[in-house]
Amino acid sequence: MDRVQFVSTLAAVGLLLVVLELVRRRRLLERYALLWLFAAVVVLVLAVWRGALVQLAHLFGIVSAPNALFFIAVGFILLLLLHFSAALSRLSDQSKVLAQRLALLEARLRRTEERQAESEEALEPLDAELERSSSRW
Amino acid sequence: MTNRSSSLAVIPAYNESATIARVIEAMQQERPDFDVLVVDDGSTDCTAAIARGAGATVLRLPFNVGIGGAVQAGFVYAQEHGYQRMAQVDGDGQHDPAELETLLRAMAERETDVVCGSRFLHSDLSYPAPISRRTGIHIFAFLLSLFVRQRVTDPTSGFRLYGRRGIELFARDYPHDYPEVEAVLMLHHHRLRMCEVPVRMFERDGGASSITSGKSAYYMVKVLLALFVGLARRRPVVEPGDSAPVFASHGI
Repeated sequence: MDRVQFVSTLAAVGLLLVVLELVRRRRLLERYALLWLFAAVVVLVLAVWRGALVQLAHLFGIVSAPNALFFIAVGFILLLLLHFSAALSRLSDQSKVLAQRLALLEARLRRTEERQAESEEALEPLDAELERSSSRW
Repeated sequence: MTNRSSSLAVIPAYNESATIARVIEAMQQERPDFDVLVVDDGSTDCTAAIARGAGATVLRLPFNVGIGGAVQAGFVYAQEHGYQRMAQVDGDGQHDPAELETLLRAMAERETDVVCGSRFLHSDLSYPAPISRRTGIHIFAFLLSLFVRQRVTDPTSGFRLYGRRGIELFARDYPHDYPEVEAVLMLHHHRLRMCEVPVRMFERDGGASSITSGKSAYYMVKVLLALFVGLARRRPVVEPGDSAPVFASHGI
């Protein structure tokens, strides 16, 4: 095992462990961890299994096999970033809807409270009357 | 306060404390038949309090969601409270509420779902907007006219009147930022009728336009992208049953 192979194996194993640890601590949702795990495993396999990497490099027309590893790693990074942009878009759409619902609810609540205060005010003289008549008894 | 009428004026406002009271008063004076709703898009000044003081209903968004989200909150409000017509008026005094009469008449006479006020149809161009922006608007107008096969002159105008079908469509789906241009395309896709009428537009009284020079390039590119992508959408608006992003109007 030459040095570059050793380093990339180490890096892939490290990534794998970090991702698993984050999931264990519930800091990372499985949904997002899966993509990372997949990336780490692929890089790990190619780092260890030199033959496959050489074949792949040949397929892509890359002269130096380790470069193929970087190529694949960069591909994964791009994929993950795109995935995050999509997730972010969904989140901002959802938070927009939440903000709208909240504002609508607050307006409704305010109106209800105002109406309640009004009706209580209107009832006040009646209440006083009732109290007076009951105290007479 | 229940609906006093079947018409609602929505005024989106972001830090418009300098002008909002005047706009609301003008609205109440010129069109007492409209309920006034101010959508405060997470202002950091006292826009909401002033608007409430002036007698408007206020929707206060907890943070800034952008003009599209703010106006859409107005659509959802109009839809849920059963309004038959909704006018959109800017909070900076650009639009004259008296001219809603023109829009209302056009809606009744031409039986359209949406009426847009166009500054370019009006002979009195008192506020022609800077040349750079005008060029942008004309490019959008040219493209949109091609796409919707109908002459559109001022697609960025925020002075509009919507009927019930327009309200329902946009309560369900309305573009995020710089929504006006895209909205015209959406109307076309949904076979809603739209027409333009001449209106005057004034220079804003105070506050700052949401579109600064730095943002205008982004504005151009974003709207162009939205237009062409919008064209490529087979079903431009998600219908119930589609794998959709999220709906504004559905359940809490």
